[in-house]
Amino acid sequence: MFAYFIRRILASIPVMLVVALFVFLLLRLSPGDPAAIIAGDMASPAQLANIRAALGLDQPLHIQFFVWLGELVRGNFGTSLISQTPVLTMIGQRLEPTVSLAVVAILFTVVISVPLGVIAAWRHGRFLDNLVMSASVVGFSVPVFVIGYLLIQLFALELGWLPVQGFRSLSEGIAPFASRIVLPALTLSSIYIALITRMTRASMLEVLDEDYIRTARAKGLAERAVLFRHALRNAAVPILTVIGTGFALMISGVVVTESVFNIPGLGRLIVDAVLARDYPVIQALILLTAGLYVIINLLIDLSYAITDPRIRY
Amino acid sequence: MQSTVVIKSSPGMVRSLLSATLLSFGAMSFVAETQAQTVNAVMHSGVRIIDPILTTAHITRNHGYMVFDTLLGMNEEFQPQPQMADWEISDDGLVYTFTLRDGLTWHDGEAVTAADCVASLERWAKRDSGGLMLMNHVESLEASDERTITLTLSSPFSYVLELLAKPSSVPAFMMPERLASTSPEEAIPEQIGSGPFRFMADEFQPGNRVVYTKFEEYVPRDEPPSWTAGGKVVNVDRVEWITMPDQQTAINALGSGDIDFIEQVPLDLAPLLETNDDLILETLSEMGSQTMGRMNFLYPPFDDVRIRQAAMLAMNQEDVLAALVGNADYYEACGSFFGCTTPLGSDAGTDTWMATGDLDRARELLEEAGYDGTPVVMLQPTDVATVSPQPVVAAQALRQAGFNVEMQPMDWQTLVTRRASQNDPADGGWNMFFTNWIIPEVWNPIVNPMLNAQGREGSFFGWPKDEELEAMRLDFAMAESDEERERIAEAIQVHALEQVIYVPLGDYRSVSSWSNQLDGVLKGPVPVFWNLTKSE
Repeated sequence: MFAYFIRRILASIPVMLVVALFVFLLLRLSPGDPAAIIAGDMASPAQLANIRAALGLDQPLHIQFFVWLGELVRGNFGTSLISQTPVLTMIGQRLEPTVSLAVVAILFTVVISVPLGVIAAWRHGRFLDNLVMSASVVGFSVPVFVIGYLLIQLFALELGWLPVQGFRSLSEGIAPFASRIVLPALTLSSIYIALITRMTRASMLEVLDEDYIRTARAKGLAERAVLFRHALRNAAVPILTVIGTGFALMISGVVVTESVFNIPGLGRLIVDAVLARDYPVIQALILLTAGLYVIINLLIDLSYAITDPRIRY
Repeated sequence: MQSTVVIKSSPGMVRSLLSATLLSFGAMSFVAETQAQTVNAVMHSGVRIIDPILTTAHITRNHGYMVFDTLLGMNEEFQPQPQMADWEISDDGLVYTFTLRDGLTWHDGEAVTAADCVASLERWAKRDSGGLMLMNHVESLEASDERTITLTLSSPFSYVLELLAKPSSVPAFMMPERLASTSPEEAIPEQIGSGPFRFMADEFQPGNRVVYTKFEEYVPRDEPPSWTAGGKVVNVDRVEWITMPDQQTAINALGSGDIDFIEQVPLDLAPLLETNDDLILETLSEMGSQTMGRMNFLYPPFDDVRIRQAAMLAMNQEDVLAALVGNADYYEACGSFFGCTTPLGSDAGTDTWMATGDLDRARELLEEAGYDGTPVVMLQPTDVATVSPQPVVAAQALRQAGFNVEMQPMDWQTLVTRRASQNDPADGGWNMFFTNWIIPEVWNPIVNPMLNAQGREGSFFGWPKDEELEAMRLDFAMAESDEERERIAEAIQVHALEQVIYVPLGDYRSVSSWSNQLDGVLKGPVPVFWNLTKSE
């Protein structure tokens, strides 16, 4: 297993290099001039040229790339062209809100969707199954921001139970943190609940027809044990894949939810950086996201070995 | 067997408990008293660039007024007023002597000196177009002593005070010499000013949050506040600017008391606030902004004045403003280049040339000019709400007049890059774009960047070259009376409208909202946070 882990990590290095090159070129070849957004409307061509020179943007592309790569290897992600703040500082400021939102949303997702999917499969074709499937269609269909606004209207404005917006760090206390994370996490998890419920149901339906399930029932096992100890464990592989991918998506950018609830996360950071052509920030975030996907994919693959003893690396 | 636990109280225990309770209440009230009084505001944009000389961005200018101060301010009568310094002018009008007032200190505790101000002015003048023009007439700028700045002109230039006092883009902010010696193309490394607020660097989150605290050593002037002049008395401990990209969220936050102030409320959402008795909805800057269209003078078809005139006549200010603003209470059609309500605002020349939707005249001019259907490449930004409707409305009007319009949608950043291109429109260039300025940025011919007609090398995008206009602008700068300035400004307007240097498409205002717990919110062209009080 350890050797497999090391092999996967080493294999990710060329992947990251390709991502680095691709994102660098894509940004540099796209229209837009960070010097113009820094200087504003009234800058003369000479002033813009001076700003580009000060930022190193007048250098040949290959020089810019290798300078950036060299700094990257030393762990220096550079400085924002726009705010002159170290990129890692900016990412660090936004990391806790994003991770908090993603973790709580995934928790909601798993706690709600997996049992729902199991129940829907267990009651396949009956009222409960139809109800769960209809609800999942709603979860897919309604845009995230609409769900967010509806939750705000009900729980924050009408009932006054929860705040309208904002994020509080866990260090400020569990109550302030929880009260402000609940609504955005529910909003964000809605589509994933819909997706993973359906995925769980489909995977369970495949497994519930297997002989060993019939054997388990014939042995007199309680239905709960049949479903959760035998069937779900065998159905877990595709479910884990979707959960892991969903978590990575949440980390890498959920700008709509962040905007609706005013959560200063990585989603808003990258959108702002793209609109401002803040190359170092964009490059760093895309690289970190790519790295995150590599790690999460690896963890998902390793988790298969836990749920399915037949899988060994 | 049930067991019973009995706690026997003793007088000592009761006294201890009571003391602890009283102490805790005392501690709580002490904490309450020492808790900072904070004003939470949502401004029109997040703060990212914090050097107010490096950029013309309005949010950075607003930040500048928190942290930095200016030698002169401007009051609601459009008159320069002493702020950090008072002044004297020699009889021949060539020597300006500025004397710093007592008690001025930087946020790092050092005293403000004349040398700091000289360096600041030099840095400012390298970035500001009005400052550049001023420096062309300056023989020397020096610190005569610790508190005296002497500016000596080489030739008459009567707009010195107005340029030093102008409230927008770029105000002449003062900073320590060691910061002012930074190249104007690089950001200053620290935020040390002498303004009424300190910048809290440790709490700054670019694009998300910026925090200011009261600068206790700031000595405000005695005069009542008026725009950027007068006493800047700070009555709160902290001001936090929070970025909220979703406007509905900001409205909800204001209504629920999470925040105290919104700088710009979208007019379509303003009715939601009108019914809330705890909120105040008002326009802070009655002058507002001006929206306009600019043509590219370098290439056909707009290298022909008759075709530019045809385009202007085809467009209709009322249609553009209705699409942009919607609510007629907040816009005004007027052809003035200098704002509808400013001292230089007039309707000179507008009876002949103004965007009135006169399609018949437009078609006549096109025919007279022999317009051959050359495409008009129109840049349409899709991600900025204040400049995306204008091209759509204008394109339709031009097509109705007979123009062949090629609309090119793009995000604002791409537009900003493309409009800097002097290439042929068919080769990555353009023929027309739209933009807005706040009125203080266009209210006279010197500061108005769109009236700069120095051609390819010196003009704003569009690059008109008009020596007659440039001569009139210089005359304005050297005019010695308000009457003379008004006369020249009218002549400039008549000429600039006839030549369609740009197409004024009317003025509009935005509306701000704040909690009724805030008092003393000042009106003016720039949102400011002194004079505010907050009742809890």
